Amino acid sequence: MNNAGKQNIKNNLTGRKMKDRFFRGLVIALSVITISPIILILYELIVQGIGQISLDFIIQTPPDTFEAMTAKLNDEPIPGGIANGITGTLLMVSVASAIAIPVGILTGIYLYENQNKFLAGLTRNISDILQGVPSIVLGLIAYLWVVKYITNGFSALAGSVSLAIMMLPMIVRSTEETLKMIPVAIKEAALALGVPYYKVLMKVLIPTGFSGLLTGILLGISRILGETAPLLLTALGSSRINLDITEPVSAIPLLIWEFYNDPNMAELIWSSSLLLMFMVLSLNIVSKQMAARRK
Amino acid sequence: MNSDKVTKIVLASSSIIILLLAGGMIYSLAQGAIPVFREFGLQFIISDDWNPRSGEESYGALPFIAGTVITSALALLISLPLSFSASLFLGEYYRGTRMARILGMLVDLLAGIPSIVYGLWGFYVLRSFLATLGAPNQGFGIFTASLILAIMIIPYATSLSNEIISMVPNELKEAAYSLGATRIEVIWNVIVPSARSGIIAGYILAFGRALGETMAVTMLIGNANIIPSGLFSTGNTMASVIANQFGEASGLKLSALIAIGLLLFLITGIINAIGKFVVKRMS
Repeated sequence: MNNAGKQNIKNNLTGRKMKDRFFRGLVIALSVITISPIILILYELIVQGIGQISLDFIIQTPPDTFEAMTAKLNDEPIPGGIANGITGTLLMVSVASAIAIPVGILTGIYLYENQNKFLAGLTRNISDILQGVPSIVLGLIAYLWVVKYITNGFSALAGSVSLAIMMLPMIVRSTEETLKMIPVAIKEAALALGVPYYKVLMKVLIPTGFSGLLTGILLGISRILGETAPLLLTALGSSRINLDITEPVSAIPLLIWEFYNDPNMAELIWSSSLLLMFMVLSLNIVSKQMAARRK
Repeated sequence: MNSDKVTKIVLASSSIIILLLAGGMIYSLAQGAIPVFREFGLQFIISDDWNPRSGEESYGALPFIAGTVITSALALLISLPLSFSASLFLGEYYRGTRMARILGMLVDLLAGIPSIVYGLWGFYVLRSFLATLGAPNQGFGIFTASLILAIMIIPYATSLSNEIISMVPNELKEAAYSLGATRIEVIWNVIVPSARSGIIAGYILAFGRALGETMAVTMLIGNANIIPSGLFSTGNTMASVIANQFGEASGLKLSALIAIGLLLFLITGIINAIGKFVVKRMS
């Protein structure tokens, strides 16, 4: 090979290395951009919201527009809190969990026990598709079923049903995945002792996979805690604390939506969002930690 | 009857509940949509005239279908380089390192932020920032909505492709390195081709997510019942029009909104089924 050819290869190699280094830099830069929103959002929530957080914020109901306006004109902090939203969220999440957890776990066990049956395959696919249904459509469904025919008006129950449908496929999936990881020998040992099948489920499979099941449930709850769209169509909102599931009820995300639409209340937006984010993220992190420890 | 049989029946019937649930959802939505389809027929899907004033009522869903498809496609386009880089960071460049764990956790956290909080941040920070840069309509519109959607779907697109990229066998990569390939060449000639269908599946599922997002889009898209005329035009999506107009809806308008819900259900169902199919064919 002549000298010019060598030079050519060398130049080419430098060029390729440059390209390689450039691409790596690009990947790192874009990755940093990818995660910057979460940091910017958390920063905004904390800076703007922390000042409003107090005991009153948790135990009182929101002021009406007029009170908020007066406080604003006098340069005082807006009085009141979001107790109606906190209790409403807790109420609806509890009812939704009470509906979704038993059905979800039983279905998950069914899928695990009948891997290749037609009904199991169909259920698995349908449940996967249900998981992708937009939450607003679930709100429409709960409106058509519960608001129109069962409670004859907007109600906490309708909100809970929409949240339960949302949670159900996640629990089915996580139950099946968890049970698949349990060694078959444990189950067979129990069956060999002549233990009835339901006792094998209750005393062997569910306890062994308990932390996995709990992880799935917590993730499911963290997903529905912040849901707003379906509740607009079902729970509607209420300015007082309400624990009757046949009546309209508020929720933290619903209150954020109300504050957003009322310029006088705008200051309460950030503290409510901060509280909501705190609840969602701590559930999220706890469940991820549990999942990581299992592995 | 012995207890084993009872247990089996209980388990099977709970899975039948799921099937009934899905069937009942389609049935109820279809039944609710009948009046508007009876009145306007196929015109409902291809007309762009949305006029709820009584006496001259006319319902066409085309502006919302167009708004949904445009914002979701744009969101996918914006998030593509970001989530692809993040999945290379997690699954290839820094796989298994502490940095990757932190980045992975932060990307996961993006999935945990409620839609309404994205909407608030989009409204107060992103929109006003774009407005100061000179975006028309005070920063409301298709572009702003797509931008926030892009951020929201990043974790869905990233997690699957990251997993698939990190599963590409080392032998393949090492073979390429031993021939003198640089890392970028290995990525484009070995990793991407062998992880292709997984990466695509991830983007399909993320697209399905974007189609149904409601609150953040509702707060940023400007809520105009028109077919978007450009990148910064205002508009409405199928989900946002339901959220916006449901409160005052009754009669034919309610039926029109339910019909939009049915269409949305079917479209996301089909997109998700395609995504799952691609994933399944891979494994």
